[in-house]
Amino acid sequence: MNRKRIALKCLKAGFVGLVLLLLYAPILLLAVYSFLDTNTIGTAGSFSFVHYAQLFQNESVLKMIGNTLLLAILSATLSTVLGTAGAIGIHYSKKRTRTLMTGVSQIPIINAEIVTALALAITFVAVGLGKSYFTLLIGHMVICTPFVILSVLPKLKQMDNSLYEAALDLGASPLSALFKIVLPQIIPGIISGFMLAITLSLDDYIVTFYTRPAGFDTISTYVYSATMKGNAHTAQTLSSFWALTTIIFVVILGVVLAANLAGRKKEKNK
Amino acid sequence: MAEHIIELQNVTKYFDDELIIENLSFYVNKGEFITFLGPSGCGKTTTLRMIAGFDLPSSGKILLNGKDISTLPPNKRPINTVFQRYALFPHLNVFENIAFGLKCKRVKNTYRNTEGAEYTKTEKLTKKEIREKVEKALALVDLEGFEKRSISTLSGGQQQRVAIARAVVNEPEILLLDEPLGALDLKMRKEMQIELKEIHKRLGITFIYVTHDQEEALTMSDTIVVMADGGVQQIGTPLKIYDEPANTFVADFIGESNIFTGTVVGKKKVKFCGKTFECLDEFDVNEPVDVVVRPEDIEICPPEQGVLKGKIISAVFKGIHYEITVSVGKYEIVIQTTRRRDEGEQIGMNILPDGIHLMKPKYTTNTYDGAITKKNTVRFGDGEWECDVTQLYAGSHLDEEGYLITAAGEKLDLTDVAVKVEVGLNDVSISDNPDEGGVMGHIISIIYKGDHYRLIVRTEENEEDFVFSTDDLWNENDYVSVIIPKEKIKLTLKNTEGKR
Amino acid sequence: MKLRFSRKTLGIPYAVFLLFFVIIPMLVIVFYAFTDQNMHLSFGNFVAFFSDGTKLSTMVYSIVIAIVTTAITLLIAYPVAYILARSKLKKKHVLLLLFITPMWINFILRVNAIRELLSAIQLLGEANYFNTVLGMVYDFLPFMILPLYTTMLKIDGTLYEASADLGGNAFTAFFRVTLPLSTPGILSGITMVFLPSMTNYVVSDMLGNSKVTIIGKFIETYFGTDWHMGSMIALILLIIVMVSTLLSGGFRAEENVRGTSL
Repeated sequence: MNRKRIALKCLKAGFVGLVLLLLYAPILLLAVYSFLDTNTIGTAGSFSFVHYAQLFQNESVLKMIGNTLLLAILSATLSTVLGTAGAIGIHYSKKRTRTLMTGVSQIPIINAEIVTALALAITFVAVGLGKSYFTLLIGHMVICTPFVILSVLPKLKQMDNSLYEAALDLGASPLSALFKIVLPQIIPGIISGFMLAITLSLDDYIVTFYTRPAGFDTISTYVYSATMKGNAHTAQTLSSFWALTTIIFVVILGVVLAANLAGRKKEKNK
Repeated sequence: MAEHIIELQNVTKYFDDELIIENLSFYVNKGEFITFLGPSGCGKTTTLRMIAGFDLPSSGKILLNGKDISTLPPNKRPINTVFQRYALFPHLNVFENIAFGLKCKRVKNTYRNTEGAEYTKTEKLTKKEIREKVEKALALVDLEGFEKRSISTLSGGQQQRVAIARAVVNEPEILLLDEPLGALDLKMRKEMQIELKEIHKRLGITFIYVTHDQEEALTMSDTIVVMADGGVQQIGTPLKIYDEPANTFVADFIGESNIFTGTVVGKKKVKFCGKTFECLDEFDVNEPVDVVVRPEDIEICPPEQGVLKGKIISAVFKGIHYEITVSVGKYEIVIQTTRRRDEGEQIGMNILPDGIHLMKPKYTTNTYDGAITKKNTVRFGDGEWECDVTQLYAGSHLDEEGYLITAAGEKLDLTDVAVKVEVGLNDVSISDNPDEGGVMGHIISIIYKGDHYRLIVRTEENEEDFVFSTDDLWNENDYVSVIIPKEKIKLTLKNTEGKR
Repeated sequence: MKLRFSRKTLGIPYAVFLLFFVIIPMLVIVFYAFTDQNMHLSFGNFVAFFSDGTKLSTMVYSIVIAIVTTAITLLIAYPVAYILARSKLKKKHVLLLLFITPMWINFILRVNAIRELLSAIQLLGEANYFNTVLGMVYDFLPFMILPLYTTMLKIDGTLYEASADLGGNAFTAFFRVTLPLSTPGILSGITMVFLPSMTNYVVSDMLGNSKVTIIGKFIETYFGTDWHMGSMIALILLIIVMVSTLLSGGFRAEENVRGTSL
């Protein structure tokens, strides 16, 4: 009996471990090769930072990384402001308005990205907006803001409704009650909405491709066109992406770990 | 005469087409401790919220010191609230919570400039003023030194005190308390009741208190407003409401009572439980009445000396007294006594005239506006019922096609004829089987009347009520179907021109 | 009315935003789908789509790939979610997080990593359909694991005790308790994997060596040549999305992988 149990436990752990290993295999492979001085995976090489050096020397690569980060921060900030105000508006609206707005707000989430992208691109061209940084920003806001709504609304629902009333009761104007009482209560939702918006914007390819102005590249569009239409780029550019992938992976791993540790500390303090 | 600090005039409130408060009018005297008492859903909290300004009346007026404040926002009213679950701001500490209202406050200060001319400035309270006021408020609720504490570290009772301090620190004219002790345990609740009363005395301002706990209302209030179904049932001092309940609802809701159906048999004489008793209330002879007798007003004596005789079927020790149930014929009577009695004992009972309270029955029969359908059934009370339409015309009968042939041989089509429908209190029954009756509804009220239950079933669609007596025990909120036998539906024509 | 004025009005900018950038673009798609090159009302695109063998076979192809992807994803994700959800480990949340972490790496870089791996083992360009499905399974696995895990976690542990108490063995516990109670998770996982598998042409392009055309790619192709046909296909896709979302019992916010907090 006991042995059977242990065997079963090993089987379970083995399965989960195997899936995890396969999941991380491609990234780990890139991470290893990012420190070797070869341009072809599978061939031997010796330890070197050459790919990292190339990454930081390639001006067009650095520019598109800058573009990506700036766009993400800008669109996430705007989406967070728009979405937080929107969520508060939705939460305090009558049921019919609330249902309608949350429903429409979900369209960009459940819709295929290509449909959203195509619809936006055609509309922008049809009304003469063409493609510009503005349309790109709008495109990113369309995919980010609904997620901000999604993370702020539950916090509003959790909040004791009488808090706002208590603030009014004590003489605060509606606006100051909102800023002094409601906002501090939903700030975790706003922060996670902002983080979500950042990752969505950083990650996006399709909407960016359809709404961006000519000559503008983000990591997604740059890497995509470099790998697909590889002839224009040297093998060095392609292998500098290994370094980029590794850096991003390490940063994310660091953030996840830090957030987890911080979370556990918070729990302990309570 | 006392000043009316708050007056409600014909206030009606709808929430999404649902009537919550119906034509409510009453006033509150300055400085009194008034309690809105009633079961949940009776409209007491809504009334409080309208006084606070969180909800606006759909129609009617709310006057504060004679001035209409019906549409004034809550932050402009000199009224503060202690919320049901305290609504303390979790991200602020005790001091910041209490100081919140003071920091919002602007006062007009008068200064004299160098030339000696007076001018006024609207200013915030100074930090020192705020600190002093907060300290005073904390002292009032016995929480000195708690300024820096975070809300989440406080016990329920302490949070309660902070909530009170946060409200009274603003020196409101009226303090509203919405079931403030509901979340506390029994012992804490008793302590806080006394303390709240103490605070009321010390501050001298008006307290408006909402509770569903009748004992709390009786202990604390100067005046009680008993509410049910969006309206006032009775307003009075605790003593008056206990001793002279205005109707069986009040009698049943406040304290324990025996409620019987009786008949007036002479001047100050009433017959119930098969015996005649002397009483103090005067009604017309032969008038049916509801009789309320408090359990402690029934005196136990040896069997041969009592007007009523019976056998004890249960005796339960309740701490201060015994609660015994006596079977008298088909009636069951509850008595409270301090002397020990045992099950099976034969006893006699007497009731003094001042222990017998007569009241006009609220319901004597059910009446509805109805209409005859094509199929010669009648539609009323949200349902369609089989009935005998020939009763509308003496000596009439129905022909094969469903037309009514009057005694004079006239042929009438009764479709859509408006009728008045009357159903007696003993002619309605209910069932769990939804197919059995004419309409479904929820049981909204159950009152035990000595030998039977008085039930009210309310339909969902138009909130039509069916009042009736039954021997069976049901539970409040049961969803039941209402049955009325065909022959028990009494119809009369509504418009007289129909009678020729 | 005055009281709630400021709170409700905060929603107006977002309402306007939704109107201009969500509702109107959808209506523009509908408009283009049902007009011809001269902007005249026409059902030509609709008829053309359903009478063109290539278009229909692409559609069927796309659906088959999506079904295969979804099935494989479910087969891998279900045991993982089950083991994690029923594990007594204190840090099982961290373990779950490990399955989701790759999602935060840029999508294109992630697909590129698989591409590099495939090219290293010399599969790139050799087995296009296999590579596409592999890449999709790899990319969408977290979408399946998370909803399964959250629904299984919600299953009341005493139900298993009750099942054992009533004489059920491990198999009955699984088939009578876990499986039926995790159906909502299965359904939402399926929608979350099935839809992108039909439309996310980045994977099929990068791993299928541009030889695998799925419906999403089709729309892209038409965007360059014929907006009207492109819009028609987009509209058909939109309807498929709506129907399958409704069929799977609506959209549940808490099960979205993106929504997972750290």
